[in-house]
Amino acid sequence: MAVQSVQPSEGPELVQLLTPEGERVEHPDYSIDLTEDEYRELYRDLVLVRRIDTEATALQRQGELGLWASLLGQEAAQVGAGRALTGGDFAFPTYREHGVAYCKGVDPVTLLGLFRGVNQGGWNPHDKGFQLYTIVIGSQTLHATGYAMGLQRDGADGAVMAFFGDGASSQGDVNEAFVWSSVFQAPVVFFCQNNQWAISEPLERQSRIPLYERAKGFGFPGVRVDGNDVLAVLAVSRAALERAREGSGPTLVEAYTYRMGPHTTSDDPTRYRLAAELETWKLKDPIERMKAYLSRTGMADHDYFAEVDTAADELAAHIRAGCLALDDPDPITLFDNVYAGGSTLLDEEREQLAAYLGSFEGAH
Amino acid sequence: MPTFKDFKLPDLGEGLTEGEILKWFVSPGDEVKLNQPIVEVETAKAAVEIPSPYAGLVTALHHGEGDTVDVGSPIITFDVDPSGGATDAGVAAPAQTNVAAAADMVPQIPHEPGLVGGPAPKASSEEKIEVLVGSGPKSGKLTRRPRKQVAGAVVSSVQRASAPVPPPARVSAAAVGAHAEQVAGEVHVLAKPPVRKLARDLGVDLRLLVGTGPQGTITRADVEAASNGSAAAYEPDVAPRRQSGGEQRIPIKGVRKQMAAAMVASAYSAPHVTIFTTVDVTATMDFVERLRANREFADVRISPLLVVAKALLLSVRRNPMVNSTWDDAAQEIVVKDYVNLGIAAATPRGLIVPNIKSAESLSLLELARELNQLVATARDGKTPPADMAGGTITITNVGVFGMDNGTPILNPGESAILCFGAVRDMPWVHEGELAVRKVTQLSLSFDHRIVDGQLGSQFLADIAALLNDPALFAAWS
Repeated sequence: MAVQSVQPSEGPELVQLLTPEGERVEHPDYSIDLTEDEYRELYRDLVLVRRIDTEATALQRQGELGLWASLLGQEAAQVGAGRALTGGDFAFPTYREHGVAYCKGVDPVTLLGLFRGVNQGGWNPHDKGFQLYTIVIGSQTLHATGYAMGLQRDGADGAVMAFFGDGASSQGDVNEAFVWSSVFQAPVVFFCQNNQWAISEPLERQSRIPLYERAKGFGFPGVRVDGNDVLAVLAVSRAALERAREGSGPTLVEAYTYRMGPHTTSDDPTRYRLAAELETWKLKDPIERMKAYLSRTGMADHDYFAEVDTAADELAAHIRAGCLALDDPDPITLFDNVYAGGSTLLDEEREQLAAYLGSFEGAH
Repeated sequence: MPTFKDFKLPDLGEGLTEGEILKWFVSPGDEVKLNQPIVEVETAKAAVEIPSPYAGLVTALHHGEGDTVDVGSPIITFDVDPSGGATDAGVAAPAQTNVAAAADMVPQIPHEPGLVGGPAPKASSEEKIEVLVGSGPKSGKLTRRPRKQVAGAVVSSVQRASAPVPPPARVSAAAVGAHAEQVAGEVHVLAKPPVRKLARDLGVDLRLLVGTGPQGTITRADVEAASNGSAAAYEPDVAPRRQSGGEQRIPIKGVRKQMAAAMVASAYSAPHVTIFTTVDVTATMDFVERLRANREFADVRISPLLVVAKALLLSVRRNPMVNSTWDDAAQEIVVKDYVNLGIAAATPRGLIVPNIKSAESLSLLELARELNQLVATARDGKTPPADMAGGTITITNVGVFGMDNGTPILNPGESAILCFGAVRDMPWVHEGELAVRKVTQLSLSFDHRIVDGQLGSQFLADIAALLNDPALFAAWS
């Protein structure tokens, strides 16, 4: 039989603290105890992050962005990981970590610059503890490992979190990063958002075993967490970061989640996956379960949810206005930030472009 | 004051040049909210809904459903301040709802109030940029600027553009150019961007030229010749080519394009052989009647096709090689132990072949349900691509068109296709006497690289035997 169900088993090993129905459950190895405010803030984060995503998707459809990589469905994985990071930690994202960026204090408008084609990122990674987006699949895991080894050699306190997806787990770079970080006990957490689809390639074509089990072969622990459960992701991420900070080496966290939207706005997922699969995952929505939990326990009421929705509307308006106001750069700035020490070839090319641009009337 | 905003079709997927309007969700006069879905557009990459970029009133739709629209072409106009009083521009705008008027092209009246006597807002020059690709109108920074006139280094086309054409004519030339690009969606003018620009500068309508380049591409020389008045091909006052000679030009796209490509690929890669047999299916028709009367089958539509499908599945089990693929790259024949049974279906959008996955594992009732479902989905035009992928063998039923039979072309990647003809009352020799019987013709096309005449004949004979005497189902199961 070559035709089989696309729904892989989640397995009993999935760490979960909040069920899809919004009920708190306990886990022998991981626990979480937050204040009521902190629970509410997590819900707020989830809603705002989803709103960033939907507004950016709309802006792309309206021609204001060239491309957008939606995180729809992965809010809990990103907020849980992002909120586990503390001041001294450093994150190395893919191009989809809008939720982590939000947690690290990067203005969503700044994120849009890359997708609007007006800058290469626009924030200072050192100010935010958040590296620029990496488009090349998986290469940031090597950068993260190197950075972690630097922290180790500096005797710094922080840890590093490298984000990647299930597709990247097949890349050489990621496997090299596993080997290197393991051997050097580098303070790095490999945070894999397994969203089930590497563009159109399903997970079962990429691995014979659950991804988290791969870590064992490299000599460090792996754990699979319900990526749609923000509490479990937060607990697991905190534990893994703590392990890294105390010098015990890397951990692979597999956040088991689902990309509810297309790979990017250029993709049409209906061409390769079934609507039934999406419907199944809608029942595991990360925001709905948190809302149910807050309502059931009386930690939040209608007024609070309405207030969060208003905040989301305001954030969306801020994003839209900010996006439309992003300046188109002078074409000549293309050459900036390529080489720290300059390059004669680039200097020549810059002069050629300047001459060409100068041949138009009204040029500077 | 009403404030009119055009929305131009953006590049929805990294380097696309056009999109097809599938469905409008709004009409002129509708009030829309920001980000409310207004239209569904299909590009080469995906069918997507576009959310409204403005809150306001829809005043005009510039293209109908089914139109292929160039990226950068306005598709809808909004009044983003409908509470303001009517102005000249406001009155002019509804006229644009008339497609004929829009095609007549007084370009973007609301954006050119200076031309119709209204006040001239600063934004007018910004809004007029025609973009072929990219993300629509930008701020003034990207406005195209004329090249500086450097003595001795001026390109000839620039000379022509600036010398004989006075400034107001430049505006109308640009308008004609924009018009040509819009209409180009229908006529399909082939010309490179610099040639299009040259034509625009010289005021030459590309639609009226006969291209001399490869595939009828209009070249720089064609445009220059037309501008000089020397080209016989250039007939500025005749109607566009598409209206002459009573021919209709239908763009090859969508399902038809896929069907064509699949058929060509199959016909020229797999050596086809077709064999025929005629069979008395009176017993099968009785069997169908009995099934219809059976309470278990009360909620499904039963057709002779169901029995044909079941007969094929059973015959595949007896002749597994017919259910295989020629893997040319690996130099292997891939024999499958599952049958994804394709059913060729005529749909409003053309021929498609959805398949029933693992049909060999289904009971007769399950198979009947799947067939019903497949046909209903296909008729609604909602067959998902996954249903069309991975077929292993196909049935085509030309009987529904009243045809006796045909020589079908294999679905690519498969090695056999069964064609089922109309069931007719025919004079037939039955038990040694002439009788009126239900008779049909079956044909089987197969890939002769995999299936030889003996195997093909055995397979078709098995199917015919089952249809002739359904009691064999029990015997062979």
